[in-house]
Amino acid sequence: MIYRIKDENGTTVVAFEGEVDLESSPEARRILLDCLGRTSSLLVDLSAVTYIDSSGIASLVESFQNARKAGRHFALVAVSGSVLSVLRLSRLDKVFTIYDTLEDGLARAG
Amino acid sequence: MDGREQKPEKVIEVRDLVAHYGERKILDGVSMDVYGGEIMVIIGGSGSGKSTLLRHLVALEQGTSGTVKILGRDPAALDAKEALALRKKIGVAFQGGALFSSMTVGENMMLPLYEHTVLDRTTMEIMVRLKLEVVGLAGFEDLMPAELSGGMVKRAAFARAVIMDPKILFCDEPSAGLDPVIAAALDDLLLRMREAMGMTIIVVTHELESAFRIADRITVLDQGRILLTGTTEELRETKSERIQNLLQRRTQEEIVDPEEYLERLMGERLGERALL
Ligand SMILES: Nc1ncnc2c1ncn2[C@@H]1O[C@H](COP(=O)(O)OP(=O)(O)OP(=O)(O)O)[C@@H](O)[C@H]1O
Ligand SMILES: [Mg+2]
Repeated sequence: MIYRIKDENGTTVVAFEGEVDLESSPEARRILLDCLGRTSSLLVDLSAVTYIDSSGIASLVESFQNARKAGRHFALVAVSGSVLSVLRLSRLDKVFTIYDTLEDGLARAG
Repeated sequence: MDGREQKPEKVIEVRDLVAHYGERKILDGVSMDVYGGEIMVIIGGSGSGKSTLLRHLVALEQGTSGTVKILGRDPAALDAKEALALRKKIGVAFQGGALFSSMTVGENMMLPLYEHTVLDRTTMEIMVRLKLEVVGLAGFEDLMPAELSGGMVKRAAFARAVIMDPKILFCDEPSAGLDPVIAAALDDLLLRMREAMGMTIIVVTHELESAFRIADRITVLDQGRILLTGTTEELRETKSERIQNLLQRRTQEEIVDPEEYLERLMGERLGERALL
């Protein structure tokens, strides 16, 4: 897994790439929680994630709930098909705020 | 699965596997391939050797002769480190698979995570709850196994088997004894896990309806031999009377050999054949 963090007019965008699995999810979790400590609006770009397992999903869940409690905006954007089917396994596609594209996410985060 | 068109990865390869318990030959030259992302269902009468085959596949037992390869390697020939790495990729839900009675459901499920990962405790707890959700046991993590019904224990054991999203999942009678609605939901879950995670799944089952619902291919085991491996269509169309009997749930009309029968009743001969 690799990742990129960028700032778009006050919204932080974290883009993960590759596999978010038992090996890499602790790092993904740390990045997400770090970012949430520094921004009021976080978008997680999952377009280039080829595989995510439930440890990765758990990290997203924890971050989302942290964001909600802290009154921060948190959304997933450009969720790849493989990630979406894993989210659907546990009906989390109905829980997360998901935008089709990064542009949509940025427009709504604004 | 579009992976099917390319050369599929052989995840399991069994060749001429022979296994004995004491003097009795239980597996009699079993050969079988399972490909990546495939759901292979093993059916056969009680005592035909299904669970025995599964135990050999996960290297809990070693055959008298023949070979087993998982992901290209003989699991019995791995060093400790390699064996651990392989175990991390494999989930097993045994027939009558039990939980440790002294731990809560959640602690039982966390065992593999503690053994194999360095995940944060919060992550582990969420993973446990996610899996309990999908098997319909949301909120049961703090109960002791003794506080669950038989079907619930079975589902919790299944949830534990998939806690790490294994690449290869072995389940022995995952839905036996579950009510039909929950059994169907479990079938559906297997299909969705294969779809979402690309899991390779080997299921032993008595439930023919379930077998036909989930299988890409079915292997019919009979007295330690494979009668046939094929797609569900191939199985339905087979001319084999023995398989048709199994599918129609007809018991074998055994030809009675009076002498042999008498010897069996007198204890002079071992009962060799289990009724289908
Ligand atoms: N640990 C054991 N020691 C000795 N014999 C065994 C052992 N386990 C199984 N057997 C014998 O091996 C044969 C095959 O048993 P196995 O459990 O593989 O059958 P199965 O096909 O899984 O049956 P079922 O559908 O009833 O679960 C049976 O005749 C059984 O008595
Ligand atoms: Mg069995």
